[in-house]
Amino acid sequence: MDFIQSIDWMGILKCFVVGGIICIIGQILIDKTKLTPARILVIFVTTGAVLGGLGVYKYLIDFAGAGATVPLLGFGANLAKGAIQEVQTSGLFGAFVGGVKASAGGIAAAVFFGYLASLIAKPKIKKQ
Amino acid sequence: MKPIETKQEYSDYVDKKSPNSPILKNCFNAFWVGGLICTIGQLIMDFCKYKGMDETGASTVVSITLIAISAILTGLNIFNKIGKFAGAGSLIPITGFANSIVSPAIEYKSEGYVMGVGGKMFTVAGPVLVFGISASVIIGIIAVLFAH
Repeated sequence: MDFIQSIDWMGILKCFVVGGIICIIGQILIDKTKLTPARILVIFVTTGAVLGGLGVYKYLIDFAGAGATVPLLGFGANLAKGAIQEVQTSGLFGAFVGGVKASAGGIAAAVFFGYLASLIAKPKIKKQ
Repeated sequence: MKPIETKQEYSDYVDKKSPNSPILKNCFNAFWVGGLICTIGQLIMDFCKYKGMDETGASTVVSITLIAISAILTGLNIFNKIGKFAGAGSLIPITGFANSIVSPAIEYKSEGYVMGVGGKMFTVAGPVLVFGISASVIIGIIAVLFAH
């Protein structure tokens, strides 16, 4: 298939390594601090938004592709990027619209699939 | 045993009692599972671009697909096994965000669909959205100030 031949294997390697390193940072936070997973996710999203707002994160995305966009840092950076882009086209109004607009697909998908899964799946019985 | 009085003493006591997690092994597992999840994302993105989608569209498809996969794996009770093994490897990618919504949605079904599923689904994702969206609004406002 043409698609297989079109894959940039060097890009895949960069993506794997960068994505993995970001997860190692998260793992060190889990093991070395008493932060709960919720706090770690909040730290990652906020850090991503700040890095995105400063315009730094896009260099990592250029380098690693999904290795930078799939971790929650990328979710934060995408929120910031959306807000800045929308501000450029529609001013102050854009600050409120842009972030959520850029991340709408992910947020809606998570809510919808979460609801769907709750209709289908049974809660597991906890074995202690 | 002398009674525990200060917060510091309690913290030391917990450190002494809790098992030492093998941090190197955890980091290694987080690295390759996290890397693999991102790689799956990259392959989906490459495929979307190959089919002629633009960058923004392709990365939205990547998020939606990974979220759907994590929802299915959470429903089948497989995701929490991956999570136990990989730690941050499955938590930090968007899969962890999806799992944090889907898992309580299923768990709190017995409390009803409105306050149980609808309410509890945001136990972890709520804070993520509050801080993420607030940060984006602040950054947007700063961008407005810089534009003038």
